[in-house]
Amino acid sequence: MNDHNDKNRNKNTIPEKNAGNEMNVQGKSDKTGKSGISRRTVVKALAGIPVLGLFGHQLLKKRNYDLEKREAVVKKLGLDTMDFPVSDYGTRRHGGDLLRVGIIGYGARGNQLARSLGFMHPDEVKRRHELGDLDEWLEQEYLNVAITGICDVFDMHTENGMAVAQNDIRPGGQDAPKLPVKRYGHYREMLDDKDIDAVIIATPDHHHGQMTVDAAKAGKHIYCEKTVANTEKEMNELYNAVKESGVVYQLGHQITQNVIYQQARELIKRDILGKITLVQTTSNRNTAHGAWIRHLDGQGNPKPGSEQTIDWMQWLGKAPYTPFSIERFYNWTLYFDYATGLIGQLFTHEFDAINQILRLGIPKTVTSSGGTYFWKDGRDMADLLHIVLEYPNRDLTLLYSGSLASSRGRGRVIMGHDASMEIGNNIMINADRNSTQYQEAIQSGLIDPSAPMITYNPGAGQVDAVTSASERYYATRGLTTTTINGRRVDVTHLHLREWINCIRDGGVPSVNVDIAFDEGIACVMAQRAYVEKRVVEWDDVARKIV
Amino acid sequence: MRQTFTKSQLASLLVLRFFAGWHILYEGTAKALNPQWSSLGFLQESQWILSGFSEWIISNPGVLAVVDFLNVYGLIAIGLGLIAGLFFKVAAIAGAILIFIYYLNSPPLIGIEYVLPSEGHNLIINRTLIEAVALVVLALFSTSNIFGLDALISNHNKKEESENERS
Repeated sequence: MNDHNDKNRNKNTIPEKNAGNEMNVQGKSDKTGKSGISRRTVVKALAGIPVLGLFGHQLLKKRNYDLEKREAVVKKLGLDTMDFPVSDYGTRRHGGDLLRVGIIGYGARGNQLARSLGFMHPDEVKRRHELGDLDEWLEQEYLNVAITGICDVFDMHTENGMAVAQNDIRPGGQDAPKLPVKRYGHYREMLDDKDIDAVIIATPDHHHGQMTVDAAKAGKHIYCEKTVANTEKEMNELYNAVKESGVVYQLGHQITQNVIYQQARELIKRDILGKITLVQTTSNRNTAHGAWIRHLDGQGNPKPGSEQTIDWMQWLGKAPYTPFSIERFYNWTLYFDYATGLIGQLFTHEFDAINQILRLGIPKTVTSSGGTYFWKDGRDMADLLHIVLEYPNRDLTLLYSGSLASSRGRGRVIMGHDASMEIGNNIMINADRNSTQYQEAIQSGLIDPSAPMITYNPGAGQVDAVTSASERYYATRGLTTTTINGRRVDVTHLHLREWINCIRDGGVPSVNVDIAFDEGIACVMAQRAYVEKRVVEWDDVARKIV
Repeated sequence: MRQTFTKSQLASLLVLRFFAGWHILYEGTAKALNPQWSSLGFLQESQWILSGFSEWIISNPGVLAVVDFLNVYGLIAIGLGLIAGLFFKVAAIAGAILIFIYYLNSPPLIGIEYVLPSEGHNLIINRTLIEAVALVVLALFSTSNIFGLDALISNHNKKEESENERS
């Protein structure tokens, strides 16, 4: 560069490919070092380095500021000494005897449960292989179980279940034993079979009570889908039968296996929220399928099934007689003869989610209101339903609001005097601006009540005090699956696994018959409050609904 | 062929280069330092012509991990290249392409609406697009052969060339 050339004093020239002459001039200059490059050129070439130095300095400063602030918040909340339970998932070997499981009711949910147990239809295996997400399923822990019995009132369902149970591509690979799969015409035949150790019940709700009682009496371990049972009488029979038989009972409330709930429980134990007086939980759907209109396929044609292929009388069971109806067969959720609508399908999960965190038990009083306001297709169930459950001894109200006519997201929020906690696929805790506990911290600027104070994302595997705007953004998103030790895991698989572990090694499942009883009674109370249009009360001494 | 700049031209180009480099470098380091960061949130919001591509990335955990990695370390490498003036043209062009991809994922076009409010008011053109274009300009008016490590490399190469010529 011609820095010594007067003519070009104010020009800076960039030598490009053919600028060899310029370079030679430079090369001959007095200040040329041993390398042939002038000191001046070197100094200029390093112009970016001080900028990088300044950047590094500022970065450290910002990092320290963030960390110090985070540490101060974490300390303030007492989270620095917090231990979370560590899962042994993925490291456990399921030894002992092979567990032989029978599935009663092989519809869509039965199929999902089989998959969570480690069984999939050959066609589905092929489809997933093509999509490239088969491996995740194959990496599922091998539970040392075999599906050896299928029972359904519909031939097509039974055949589907048989094909699934017999498929030998599954987690566990070659080690997984291949036992013959038996087809049962009636569930009692399955219960009478000594070659069945345990049953999974995934029928419509009106069978749950009776089947659980019968299975317990037959000494079979039970995994039953929600709802527990539709009536108080059935609830009592079921509770006594399971207690007397000593079988391992697990209710299909798999949400509790989401690590989020274990963390939420720990966070609440720390009294971070202050006195909790209100819990709000919701269901928000707005599709025909979401409103349980399921008897038509994608083209609007009726789904398969006829009086010849469906054992209608067995399907009805103890429900009042009605002529064969393919619509009722698929859309049983809509009718009170078989189900309790939103209560037994969605409220039950919401109640369980909160009950797992706060251990609420049976409410003192329940009121329900709502109506069939949108899906006027002759259904019994409400499509807008609101339930208020009072716990005067806990100074707490649980509020449920379900809509099948709007999918606007309304969160699941636990509200305390000092902070509120929103639980979805992640946990977000916001301090209350009028909090007593955090008053000083809010005044000093340490805690900003308009932004989440703590978030927990299972994917990241750590509790974080959120301090920056961009992190705030990700906190509101949350991941879509449960993560254990960095792995995506199906929660139903975990729930079944827990049940199987308890059968093999003893122990109490998360949703045992005691908790299931509380949750089932809360649902029965909500249903009666809606149907009888009155406040329904629980008599804790007589242990009955009044 | 040579490019000559006045001092003030050179100064403005340098300021632009350092600012853009600083911004991109911090975008990268902030992501690298945040264990919770994932491009998932951004890709979920993706609209217009790249939304299908983004969906494919999201639905594939392995691909998402690769995209996250490339984003974080790509941004850091580009930022360092811009500031230090090292492999400057490659860095500037790569940065322009990357940032243009960000733009394509969420362009403020008429009829496309976003859940998250954007910074300021934009119609078709936003700051992301301007930054991408600024990087193209920087690549065309390269300053790294004077104020950058590239100067040392080209000097070194020139020296070898001239030595080869002599022998």
